[in-house]
Amino acid sequence: MGTFSIGRKTFSFASLIIGIVLTIWGLGVAIAKGGPAYSSRGALIVIGVLLFIAGLYYFPTLKYHRAIINLLFLFPLLFAFLVTVIIPLILGIGYSFTDWNGIRLKGFVGFANYARMFKQASFLWSILITFLFVVFNMILVNVVAFLLALLCTSRIKGLGFFRAAYFLPNLIGGIVLGYIWQFIFSNVVTKFTGTYSMLSDTKTAFLAIIIVYIWQYAGYIMLIYITGLNTIPGDVLEASAIDGANPMQTLFNIKIPMIAPTITICTFLTLTSAFKQFDVNLALTNGTGSVPDFLGNYLTNGTEMLALNIYSTAVINNEYSFGEAKAVLFFIILATVSIIQVRISNKKEVEL
Amino acid sequence: MHTKEKTSSVVIRLIIAIIIAIYVLFPFFLVVINSCKPTEEITKNPIGFNGASIPQLTQNLGDVINNTHFLFWSAFGFSALITVVSLVLLALFGSMAAWIICRNKTKWSLVIYFTFIASMIIPFQVVMLPLISTFRDVGKFIGIPMLQSVPGIVFAYLGFGGAMTVFILNGFIKGVPFDLEEAASIDGCTPEQTFFQIIFPLLTPVITTVTILNGMWIWNDYLLPSMMLGQNGAVKTLPVAVQAFVGSYVKQWNMILAAALLAIIPMIILFLIAQKQIMEGMIEGAVKG
Repeated sequence: MGTFSIGRKTFSFASLIIGIVLTIWGLGVAIAKGGPAYSSRGALIVIGVLLFIAGLYYFPTLKYHRAIINLLFLFPLLFAFLVTVIIPLILGIGYSFTDWNGIRLKGFVGFANYARMFKQASFLWSILITFLFVVFNMILVNVVAFLLALLCTSRIKGLGFFRAAYFLPNLIGGIVLGYIWQFIFSNVVTKFTGTYSMLSDTKTAFLAIIIVYIWQYAGYIMLIYITGLNTIPGDVLEASAIDGANPMQTLFNIKIPMIAPTITICTFLTLTSAFKQFDVNLALTNGTGSVPDFLGNYLTNGTEMLALNIYSTAVINNEYSFGEAKAVLFFIILATVSIIQVRISNKKEVEL
Repeated sequence: MHTKEKTSSVVIRLIIAIIIAIYVLFPFFLVVINSCKPTEEITKNPIGFNGASIPQLTQNLGDVINNTHFLFWSAFGFSALITVVSLVLLALFGSMAAWIICRNKTKWSLVIYFTFIASMIIPFQVVMLPLISTFRDVGKFIGIPMLQSVPGIVFAYLGFGGAMTVFILNGFIKGVPFDLEEAASIDGCTPEQTFFQIIFPLLTPVITTVTILNGMWIWNDYLLPSMMLGQNGAVKTLPVAVQAFVGSYVKQWNMILAAALLAIIPMIILFLIAQKQIMEGMIEGAVKG
């Protein structure tokens, strides 16, 4: 302790004590008055916490300095992670077994929310079309992106331009490009076809979402495939050319097996992002579309995928605990599918 | 290395590439050309140049910018502020946390690391509802509003972006030679000096990558800000403002497309400036993430 100046010791202890006092005082006002008194109280707590951190940082110790730094370095991110992800996750799973309405809850209802959603035809429909969407997308985006990657690794002029151009749609947020495409489908495409907008019929609207999604996403996946294709050593391709392999044989026997890890990454990315698809769905069709007969029901949410269904259940219809239960199921489906996909891909990679 | 190819096949490929490029870029063209027209012209002829004029463009943009539902400059300002502050804090706190997790091989650092990785699969929908009530309560407790406020949403981005940031940074820090840190410590550097003066500057390339990935996500994100800020609050980001604006101007396509144009221009400009870094950053993030 002798190595530290009196000034540092005094500063450290004073900061610690004043910091704790200010923080507790600031929080204490909230408990005492009970009301939401935003105002100087917040500033008091912020200053209190900062003083406490400063006091901790200047704490006169050699032995524990490293531990203090570890704590201070980890704290900001971990604290934010805890408050925004972990606590809401635990609360959310808990709420799904209650009648929570977003503000207060009266009691537990057991598995009632879960039982109810499997009887709700519109929700089952959402699950069905989400799976359809995921399967279509995974295949189409990957095929289109791979073909684009082959095109963009061959010898043509202006490669840099084409790559950048194909990637460009990926920069635009789903909401904005959803509206742009809504305009294209309802005002531009109709000029050519002379019929209704594609978006007014459930089947074609579903197709429209897929088209937009490929337009947005294929350029990005293409970039990853290009990186994969560029890692294939030149002498391997040369050897196959000398052996007289035609371009198709080179593609299926050399290129595709050699980029198996890239295929895994791209399938994973397209799978999870298609499952979570929300913005384009909201802006393009808002989930509308009639389904005349699904399990004996007339549905009006023909293009509403899972993420949007959860959102409208909770936020639009104010059924918070019901929406939360759906979200928990969504989480379970997503986790299961991702794990299965990674397992299968890993096996395939080994075989290849 | 290449075998000789026929000129004809090269030309065919070039033509295919051009056709695809036209298809991909056509929507952008439509946005620009129709932002220059009055509504009647758009419904009559959405593809051609008929009726398009620069004065009409300035008028449409002016109408949108001053519209009370949109308030472009306010939304742009809030989007920029939220994105920049979140990115700076994510880069700083993310690298600090990643360094500790990477260099302390204890049970706890492993637990934290794997919790981060596992959390990346959690869809936002599971946490968004309790998140709002948690933030409301925390805000009341500490006396700082966490909903409809910039600090609140920045804090949320810190929480949601933390996992991927730490994951990518961790992969990079593993490759930084430990000798550097030992040497610094022998020379009398404290741990925090070692980090800020030696390690942090070495992280520039990987921090660029995470900043691009997080930046694309935060700038374009819709659901989180729409839940936390609300459609009618004073604080709005660009995607939320576009959504609120379109809701109030159904089928007024000249206005909607002008709003879309304003919303995509900042990204396009950024892309033209830093095209290489953005494309490389996106690849790195995907391959490592």
